[in-house]
Amino acid sequence: MAADEPLVLGIETSCDETGVGIVRGTTLLADAVASSVDTHARFGGVVPEIASRAHLEAMVPTIERALKDAGISARDLDGIAVTAGPGLAGALLVGVSAAKAYAYALGKPLYGVNHLASHICVDQLEHGPLPEPTMALLVSGGHSSLLLAPDITADVRPLGATIDDAAGEAFDKIARVLDLGFPGGPVIDRLAREGDPNAIAFPRGLSGSKDPAYDFSFSGLKTAVARWIEARRAAGEEVPVRDVAASFQEAVVDVLTRKAVRACKDEGVDHLMIGGGVAANSRLRALAQERCERAGIRLRVPRPGLCTDNGAMVAALGAEMVARNRPASDLELSADSSLPVTDPHVPGAHHHDHDHDHDHVHEISKENLYS
Amino acid sequence: MDTATPAVTVALHDGESVVAESTQVDARRHGELLLPAVDRVLKEAGLKLDAVTGIVVGVGPGPYTGLRVGLVTAATFASAVGVPVHGLCTLDGLAYASGIEEPFVVATDARRKEVYWARYENRRTRVTDAAVDRPAEIAEQVAGLPVVGAGARLYPEFFPDARDPEHQSAGALAALAAERLAAGADFLDPLPMYLRRPDAQVPKNYKVVTPK
Ligand SMILES: [Zn+2]
Repeated sequence: MAADEPLVLGIETSCDETGVGIVRGTTLLADAVASSVDTHARFGGVVPEIASRAHLEAMVPTIERALKDAGISARDLDGIAVTAGPGLAGALLVGVSAAKAYAYALGKPLYGVNHLASHICVDQLEHGPLPEPTMALLVSGGHSSLLLAPDITADVRPLGATIDDAAGEAFDKIARVLDLGFPGGPVIDRLAREGDPNAIAFPRGLSGSKDPAYDFSFSGLKTAVARWIEARRAAGEEVPVRDVAASFQEAVVDVLTRKAVRACKDEGVDHLMIGGGVAANSRLRALAQERCERAGIRLRVPRPGLCTDNGAMVAALGAEMVARNRPASDLELSADSSLPVTDPHVPGAHHHDHDHDHDHVHEISKENLYS
Repeated sequence: MDTATPAVTVALHDGESVVAESTQVDARRHGELLLPAVDRVLKEAGLKLDAVTGIVVGVGPGPYTGLRVGLVTAATFASAVGVPVHGLCTLDGLAYASGIEEPFVVATDARRKEVYWARYENRRTRVTDAAVDRPAEIAEQVAGLPVVGAGARLYPEFFPDARDPEHQSAGALAALAAERLAAGADFLDPLPMYLRRPDAQVPKNYKVVTPK
């Protein structure tokens, strides 16, 4: 770790985790997270207003804890990074407001960054600088995307994404059908280890030769699993929960890894990065490893704690923005719940990054803040 | 500062008078407007944030999303600069600014056809806790009293005696706080006064971020 590498604090509040991380260059110094997941559990999903209230309570204590863990003084920071989007509007706004206040109070540059690009960049903290380009498979409760990133600070290209449910959502919904509680990912992963992944042949969505090569669909799978379970119950038979979990999980990770490896081959990329909460799934990691090895692709998956939402990933991308002299955001920075993945960061209005073309017309969503 | 109502308002007070103030009324852009307003007010005074010896924030009641902008900003400033943050009821700022020295009511817009409101003995003395109700439900209790704030303008049939100000001013809030600080009076904790439980519904596709 070189002392001249950028020291950046990152704030993440796009969903139900209040995360504050501190990194120096590609070295993780602190990763403080306060989660409201237990509060959401009884509703079977993330309730936005509950998440926003929890972020407000946790924000300053989590910043102070991260600084203490890192053993640094806020005065020494080179920048403050924050998730500007995409995510839940009200939740994002708490983090963006805090980051702006912190940057302003300390006289430090502010970097509003993209949540998805952060999920990719976090791997620098685990496996060193990202290869360029990086192929990334992002899978969580909110997203399932295949992204090609020639430059994580300036050029991220979507190759494919889910056309209906996110992979993590499918886990949550099947867990609900099986009465396993929320969130569904960890419990299905655990039960699946004792089940037979080939017991039931659940459908693989969008896997036909005429289907889009890199898009995903998990809605049909979800319905098929639910129908299968209901048929068993209607017949008065016991549902083999472990086999259902294993077979369902296999259908999800089979499609994800198959399409990701295919994208690497098609694009001539010899590395695959997998991130997002579902990347903590043990079977996804194992199958990806197996298929990447066979295809001569090097797999990079951060440890599970860095795959779920956290502040370290935001700090990691912020540090890269500083290192590459990307323009800072300005004090008008707003939370953008639908920030496109093609915008790795949100430079201020007075700077224009001409390194790449914006091929989309991007309207900042003006959600009513007074409700 | 106060962001509990459609006004995004920031002021700097030196203990005797308001040095600078910015008040913008825009219910949709609290998050974007607050920090530039802080910057403007401090620049006008030729000061930096670390010159401030305390932060006063309106804790509401107010609709959630905007309210949190002021509270998290105040708390973060306080942590970064190492000064105390004092909470005041947003309605108290409006009451103080009214200058009324007889019994009256403050009512702001709570949306959903309701108002946030409280009764005052005079501009410095609130006699009921802030509450959220439909105007028709409180019309009898407040009959004949002057009503300060945007709530009066929205429901003239229930609040015929509307008085100024309509909108919150951080200058008034700061002046009230300066009086209370000088008198050694208590403040509220800088925590949000929501007065409503969260709508506990999980939206479908709560975080759809599919790039297209
Ligand atoms: Zn995420």
